[in-house]
Amino acid sequence: MQHDELCYTQPEAEVIEVCRVGDLPAGEAVRVATVDPPIAVFHTEDGDFYAVDDTCTHQDASLADGWLEGCTVECPLHASCFDLRTGQPSGPPATKPIRTYPVVVEDGVIRVAYSEVAC
Amino acid sequence: MRTAAVVGASLAGLSTARALRQQGFDGRLVIVGDEPHRPYDRPPLSKEFLAGKTADIGLRTPDDDDLDLDFRLGTRALSLHPRDRSLQLSNGQTLRCDGVVIATGARARWLPGTEGVNGVHVLRTLDDAIRLRSELVPGVRLVVVGAGFIGAEVASTARYLGADVTVIEAEPLPLLRQLGKEVGTVCAGLHADHGVRLITGAQVKRILGANRVRSVELADGRQIPAEVVVVGIGAAPNIEWLAGSGLELANGVVTDAACATHLPEVVAVGDVAASYSVHLHERHRAEHWTNALEQPVTAAATLLGSPRPHLSAPYFWSDHYGVRIQFAGHRREGDTVRVIEGDTDRRSFLAVYERGDVLVGVLGMNQPKLFTRWRRQLARPVLAP
Repeated sequence: MQHDELCYTQPEAEVIEVCRVGDLPAGEAVRVATVDPPIAVFHTEDGDFYAVDDTCTHQDASLADGWLEGCTVECPLHASCFDLRTGQPSGPPATKPIRTYPVVVEDGVIRVAYSEVAC
Repeated sequence: MRTAAVVGASLAGLSTARALRQQGFDGRLVIVGDEPHRPYDRPPLSKEFLAGKTADIGLRTPDDDDLDLDFRLGTRALSLHPRDRSLQLSNGQTLRCDGVVIATGARARWLPGTEGVNGVHVLRTLDDAIRLRSELVPGVRLVVVGAGFIGAEVASTARYLGADVTVIEAEPLPLLRQLGKEVGTVCAGLHADHGVRLITGAQVKRILGANRVRSVELADGRQIPAEVVVVGIGAAPNIEWLAGSGLELANGVVTDAACATHLPEVVAVGDVAASYSVHLHERHRAEHWTNALEQPVTAAATLLGSPRPHLSAPYFWSDHYGVRIQFAGHRREGDTVRVIEGDTDRRSFLAVYERGDVLVGVLGMNQPKLFTRWRRQLARPVLAP
């Protein structure tokens, strides 16, 4: 949480309201295109929320369309895997990480602290 | 095994080298590639690279620097001698190896007699793409022979660049054999949507022109004017150099499901390998990118003494005319096709291919999310006892 708070206070961070918790069932993802580059917010089966860059670092594909298993998302185009907790690629062909962003759930609303320089 | 050589420096070759290192091989690892370029990715050659949107198609990563790979680029393997597994190289060197990976890929087929005619192109290599790109100027009349994925992607990119495009296809519909008539009809519609003339059921008789292509003559006598022609009629495996090696060659290097050939410590992988497929229950030479990425894990394991069959279902994708097509599985004549979501007229749908009541293929057009889910429903391969 301390990590989240630190990021939250960064001057360039912008708080984005994503949706209500009830609108994002476990196992699902939503693409947020109001920011550029767009982000994807995931709700894992374990009940955790993660926000990451939506575009795969390998080629143009939306990770929100991918396959979520545990804390890993598999890109729908070439099956690159990313760890949602760290953004690190965990399966080829991607070699570069995606950025991760802090998620805050408050009063039933999912919000993401979006910044150009991600945490 | 002290020295291993990978012959072929494209995706399958580089991926096998990486897999060998990842699986613990710490001997000398040589990669022989006939092109002068460092390994690069081929799918963008007909899309973003041809369109001039990206030049960044290199496959090597900073991590590869730690793999201690001995690249011999611009060098062709001329022969493989089975007794001592030595490779004769075009630079005069002989390379004695304890293990050999054959990853020489495939080359584009030409229409007979058209190779070397000015204005007539194939598209397989980086140099092919650079040559073609220089001729795709606004208003140029382009004829694409073959409405497969390469043909469709070139037609799409050429339209984006302002060319006047005609596509000629021998079959009654594009991609008929791969995707069937229902989806082939949709793909034909994509050409029409974007102002590309599609002539189907047409055989090319010859290419006319003195120093440079002037037109394409069809078997029925029609002449289609063209300043540029791209021949996209498939690829042939690069196996000629293996004549006399003792390897079984039949439209590729014949291997089992684990990439093992008939010679010990020699494996084949990627577009050149005619491997037994546990999905198709027959020998199959897959020319798809994902196969060239995934099969190397199997090939490396086999070379290092732990053979296990490659299990992934075939998968390929194509982006053209702003539409993303994804297909997993395998279609055969007689399979039924059902659109279960979306609308073919809106170019956004999911279709399933069934053989009896077994799901054998899934196709998505602009439906990556649904496709990703349905792909997992494909029947698992039945392994031979």
